[in-house]
Amino acid sequence: MEIGLIVLATMLIALLGWLLKSSFNTQPWIAGAVEESAHQAPFNAGSKLVGLTAFMAVVTSFFALTLSAYSLRMDFGDWVPLTEPQLLWANTGMLVLASMVFQWTRNAAVSGRTQQLKPGLLLAGLLTAAFLVGQLVAWQQLNASGHYITSNPANSFFYLLTGLHGLHILGGMFVWASATIRAFSGGDVKAIGRSVELCTIYWHFLLLVWIVLFGLLLST
Amino acid sequence: MGYVAIADRDHEIEHHDPQTFITKYIWSQDHKVIAIQYGITAIFVGLIALGLSAMMRLQLGFPDSFSFITPENYYQFITMHGMIMVIYLLTALFLGGFGNYLIPLMCGSRDMVFPYLNMVSYWVYLLSVIILLASFFVTGGPTGAGWTLYPPQSIMPGTPGVDMGIILMLVSLAVFIVAFTMGGLNYVTTVLQARCRGMTLMRLPLSVWGIFIATVLGLLAFPALLVSAIMMLLDKTLATSFFMPAISSMGVDSGHTGGSPILFQHLFWFFGHPEVYIVALPAFGIVSDLLSTHARKNIFGYRMMVWAIIAIGGLSFVVWAHHMYVSGMNPYFGFFFATTTLIIAVPTALKVYNWVLTLWQGNIHLRVPMLFAIGFIFTFLHGGLTGLFLGNVTLDLPLSDTYFVVAHFHMVMGVSPVLVVFGAIYHWWPKITGKMYNEKLGKWHFWTTFLGTYAIYLPMHYLGFQGLPRRYFAMGNTDFMPASAQDLNAAITISALFVAAAQILFFINIIWSLKKGPKADPNPWDATTLEWQTPDTPPKHGNWGDELPVVHRWAYDYSVPGYKDDFIPQNVPAEVAPAGRDHGVEEH
Repeated sequence: MEIGLIVLATMLIALLGWLLKSSFNTQPWIAGAVEESAHQAPFNAGSKLVGLTAFMAVVTSFFALTLSAYSLRMDFGDWVPLTEPQLLWANTGMLVLASMVFQWTRNAAVSGRTQQLKPGLLLAGLLTAAFLVGQLVAWQQLNASGHYITSNPANSFFYLLTGLHGLHILGGMFVWASATIRAFSGGDVKAIGRSVELCTIYWHFLLLVWIVLFGLLLST
Repeated sequence: MGYVAIADRDHEIEHHDPQTFITKYIWSQDHKVIAIQYGITAIFVGLIALGLSAMMRLQLGFPDSFSFITPENYYQFITMHGMIMVIYLLTALFLGGFGNYLIPLMCGSRDMVFPYLNMVSYWVYLLSVIILLASFFVTGGPTGAGWTLYPPQSIMPGTPGVDMGIILMLVSLAVFIVAFTMGGLNYVTTVLQARCRGMTLMRLPLSVWGIFIATVLGLLAFPALLVSAIMMLLDKTLATSFFMPAISSMGVDSGHTGGSPILFQHLFWFFGHPEVYIVALPAFGIVSDLLSTHARKNIFGYRMMVWAIIAIGGLSFVVWAHHMYVSGMNPYFGFFFATTTLIIAVPTALKVYNWVLTLWQGNIHLRVPMLFAIGFIFTFLHGGLTGLFLGNVTLDLPLSDTYFVVAHFHMVMGVSPVLVVFGAIYHWWPKITGKMYNEKLGKWHFWTTFLGTYAIYLPMHYLGFQGLPRRYFAMGNTDFMPASAQDLNAAITISALFVAAAQILFFINIIWSLKKGPKADPNPWDATTLEWQTPDTPPKHGNWGDELPVVHRWAYDYSVPGYKDDFIPQNVPAEVAPAGRDHGVEEH
C-alpha cells in the first residue's frame, strides 16, 4: 500500500497545506472588506480547469491504488512475469504523437490560428484511436499466444491496467468528439479552444500515467 | 485578473429558467431540486435498511419464532443493511443532499459550477440504487457476504447471493462511485471557485468546511473501493485470482490460484476508514452551525475547528488497518496503526470540547434542531470513547467479534450522524419548504429516538464484554453466556422496534408541515449565514435574485456586544454593524 499512500499523501499535503496556509494568519472574527482575490482558488484558474485538476487527482489516486495492489500481489509465489508485446512501443509512440498534436493545436488556438483547429483535432483523434486499436491488437496477440487473463496474476494485471487506462482515454475522447463536432459545425472558436486546452492537459496526464504503467510493466 | 473567474462563472451557469414541470422537478439542473431528489432517494433506501434491521432484531430477540427469517436471509439482511446505511443513505444524504443544498447557498453562488454534471450525478446515483435493490429480486437474492464483502467467502458457493447478488452489489458500488465522483468534483470546484465576493475560506460556515473536506476524502478514497470492486468482479466472472487463493470447496477445485484476501482487506479499508469521516465530517460541520445558531454564541475556536477538520481528514488515511488487527498482522504494524488511531482522537476531542465550550454561557434555545445537536454530542462522545478501547490492539482482539463492536460503530457512525441528519432537516426545513414544522411533534421525535437508541446500544456494550459474538444467526446454548443475555437481547429488540416505529413521528410532521404548516419566516432562527438571507423563501432558481451577495464578516457574529440584534448576517457591512473585534479577542 506504500505507493498509494505516498501518492495520496503528496496530493493531500498539497491541498491541506494550501488550506492551512491560507487560514493560518487570518482573524476571521474581524469584519470588513477583503481583497478582491480572497474568494478565489489559487492560480486564478477557470472553473473547468479546477474541476479537471480535481478529476486528475481522483484518477491519480485510482491508478496509485491499483499499482499498490499490483506490487502487493507481485510478492506472491504464483507470479510469472509477462513479456509484453513489442507492439506496445508503437502504441506508446502514437500516444506521444497524439499528445504533441494536441499541444500544437492548443498553441494554435491560443495564438488565434484558428484554421489549424480542425486538422489538429482530427489528427490528434486519429492518433489516439490508433493507440486504442493498438492496445486491442496487443491484447489479441497475447491471447493468441496463450497468455489469457486468467493464466497468471501478472497477465490479469496487464489486462486490468491497460483496460482501465484505455477506458480513461475513451472518456477523454467524448470531450474530443464534442470539440471536433463543434469545430466542424462552426461553433464558437473560443469555446472550442478552451476544450482543446483541457483535452491537451488531460492527454498529457494520461500519457504520463501510461509511461508510469508501461515502465512498471516492462520492469516487472 | 480577479474578475476573470467571476465573469467566467456567470457565463457558465447562465441558462434559461426551467419552464415545464419536467425540467423544473425531474430533469432539473437546480442544485436545490437535485439536493431534494438525493435526499428523498437516500431516505427511501434508508427506510428499507431500517426495515432490514428490524427483521434482524426480531430474529436475535426472539430466535426460532419467525419462520420467514432463515440464516441465509439473516446474512442478506445484515449485508444490505450495512451497505445501504453507510453508502447509499449517509454518504448520499450528507454530500449529495446537504452538500448540494448548502454549498451554493452558503458560499453565495447561484448554483454549482457544473449544473449539468450535477444532474447526471443524481440520475447515476438513482441507477446505482436501482441496481442494488434489483438484487432482492434475482435468483438467490442479494449477497450475504457482510457489508465488507471479504473474499474468498463473498464469491464462494455457500454464501447467499453468490450468483447474481454479489455481481449486482459490485456493479452498483461502481456505478455509485461514478455518481459520487461527478457530484464530488462539483462540490470541490464550487467551494474553491464560486464563493461570492468577500467570502474568504476562513469566513465559510463550518458546515461547508466539513462537507468540503469530506468530499475531498471521498474523491481520493472511493477509488480504492472501485479498484477492489472491479478486481473482485473479475475474480467472480472471469475467474482471475487477484484476491482468490487456491481453494477447493466441497471437494471441487475453484480454479483460482494464490490470490490474496488480505489485499482486498487493505484496499477495502483504505476506502472504509476515510468513509467513516466522509460521514462524520459533514456531521461535525453541521452540528457546529446548529449549536452556534441556537446557543446565540459564536463557535468556540473557529480556526481550531477548521484545523481539526483538516487534521482529521489527513489522518483518516493512515489508520485503515485498525480494522484488520484480527487479520494476523505484524505486531509492529498493529502498533503503528494503534498509535495513529489514538492520535486522531486529539483533533476529535478538541472538537467536542469546543462544542461544549460553545454552549457554555450561551443563550441556549432548546428548539428541535438544537436538541438533536446536543444529543449528537452525547452519542458521539460515547461512540468515540469505545473507539479508544477498540483502537488498541490488545483490547480489540478479544472484543473484535463481539457486540461491543456493533455497539461502538452504531453509536459513532450510525446514531450520531442520523441525529445530525434529523437536526439538519429540522433546521433547514423552513428554508427548503417555506413551511414550519410542528415543534411539539419534533420534540417527541427527538426524545423517543435519543432515549430509544440508548436503550438499544448501551446494553450491547455489556453483551459484548460478556463475549456475545456478533454476526451469529442464533446463539444456541453456550456455557459462557447466561440465560439473561437472551432476555437482554429481547429487550434490545423491543427498543429497536420502538425506535423504528417512532420515526413515523418524523414523517407525520413532514406531511403535516407540507399540508398545514404555517408559513415560515425567511430567517426563523435569526441565523447569520447566507442561505437565510435569500430574497425568496424557498430560494428561487439562481438563489439571489438580481445581485449576488457580498460578504463582510464570518458566519458567527452572534450576540455581538453593542449591537441591537443578537446576530449580524454575513452580508451586513462592517460600517453598519461595527464591533466584533473586542468580542473575538476575548473569545480567543
